[in-house]
Amino acid sequence: MGGIRIMKSSWRAHNHPAYWAFMLHRVSGILLTLFLPLHFWALGHALGGTAKLESFLIWTDQPLVKASEIAVVTLLAAHLAGGLRLLMLEFLAWRDWQQRLLAIAAGITVGFGLVYLLNVV
Amino acid sequence: MTDKIDVSVWRGTEQGGFRHYSVPRLASQTVLDVVTYIQRRLDPSLAYRFACRVGMCGSCAMTVNGVARWTCRTHVEKVAPHGVLEIAPLANLPVIRDLVCDMRSFFDKWVRAEGYFHPTATRTDPIVRVQPDTPARRAADAGIECIGCAVCYASCDVVAWNVDYLGPAALNRAWTLMNDERDSGSKVRLAAVSGDAGCHACHTQMSCTEHCPKKIAPTAAIAGLKRATLAALLAGRL
Amino acid sequence: MSPRAQLQLWAAQRIGAAVLALCVTVHLATMIYAVHHGLSATAILDRTRGNWGWAGFYVLFVLAVSVHAPIGMRTICGEWLGLSDRAVDVVLAALGVALAIVGLRAVWAVFAS
Repeated sequence: MGGIRIMKSSWRAHNHPAYWAFMLHRVSGILLTLFLPLHFWALGHALGGTAKLESFLIWTDQPLVKASEIAVVTLLAAHLAGGLRLLMLEFLAWRDWQQRLLAIAAGITVGFGLVYLLNVV
Repeated sequence: MTDKIDVSVWRGTEQGGFRHYSVPRLASQTVLDVVTYIQRRLDPSLAYRFACRVGMCGSCAMTVNGVARWTCRTHVEKVAPHGVLEIAPLANLPVIRDLVCDMRSFFDKWVRAEGYFHPTATRTDPIVRVQPDTPARRAADAGIECIGCAVCYASCDVVAWNVDYLGPAALNRAWTLMNDERDSGSKVRLAAVSGDAGCHACHTQMSCTEHCPKKIAPTAAIAGLKRATLAALLAGRL
Repeated sequence: MSPRAQLQLWAAQRIGAAVLALCVTVHLATMIYAVHHGLSATAILDRTRGNWGWAGFYVLFVLAVSVHAPIGMRTICGEWLGLSDRAVDVVLAALGVALAIVGLRAVWAVFAS
């Protein structure tokens, strides 16, 4: 069946909130999965003694690293909030108010991110 | 408001492209009116599908300005206020020619999802009295108005990314039958809708629910199937 | 992989998600607490060293993420990278084992160092 063309759906069909929520959840999941080994490796420095971990943590005190930390924490909060929304959509019988879960999830994300930002800066 | 509409229409199969036509603008004009005008007055070689032209058969579904819609129920002034229209065949289905797509895989998946009635009674049995207000019947009623137009299927990314994915319409139908007390196919149906090709591949993007012209929520039906399959798995029935 | 096994993967991922919802909430709260109180590495390690409670918590956390993340990545590898059924299963196993090993090593590091 050579060369049958299949049209692809355009971004214009994807321009709605639930789709953005999906994309954010997927991208945040990927980034967190990439970050995690780095995180485990960093913690592993404690095996060399407190001093080793301390010197590593001093290195992390630069603006770029701090900014990345805030980003990771916000991504984690976003992934958590989005995940809770999904668990509710999938496991609770469908109700109209569930559409508003998206707004609540967004709020939780921003909340966590902000609290972390205000504490670390 | 312009007096002419600039219409780009997909022509061809795999070697194709958008061809431009200029169509007079009329009051209460639908996209189907535009396509019909082009075929009758400008270019008789244009291939397209329609039947009822009043929004009850789903045959005229096409991609209009990037979004899958029923062209007979889409007013030009709603989607093209500045007089620019782009019309293409539905996405996620092979193109036969121009605006006509091959619906076979869409309906094959319906069958693969066991999205058809498994009868229990015969014509000599009394008619089953189905109460309309039970939770199961309400769940079924929420999805039975589907006319198989494939707008949801064309709008779904998982359909595009996963060639085996049964799709929102087939799964929605399966869910309505799961909730039909007269049907006997629950066991085979749960198996049919499980796994990477089934309801578990749905990522709740909700493009199906967003674009369904009948305002059905296949996402809700698929969530129901997720719960039913998990319950069956945990109970050892799957 | 059979549809039934795929369903089991999906179920494991969702159960992992529920466990992680608790773990992540605790972890985020802990991080915010630590940062708010300006805890140094020494101070943090003082609290985790020899502490079976924290060790148990983080072991659970690592195991849950070692189940949850690879199953998600398996789907993404299939949908976005076009990897074959065989390949995505290899990715799943490799990622799961890798995360568990490096993660449990990290827990050991803050518990026993």
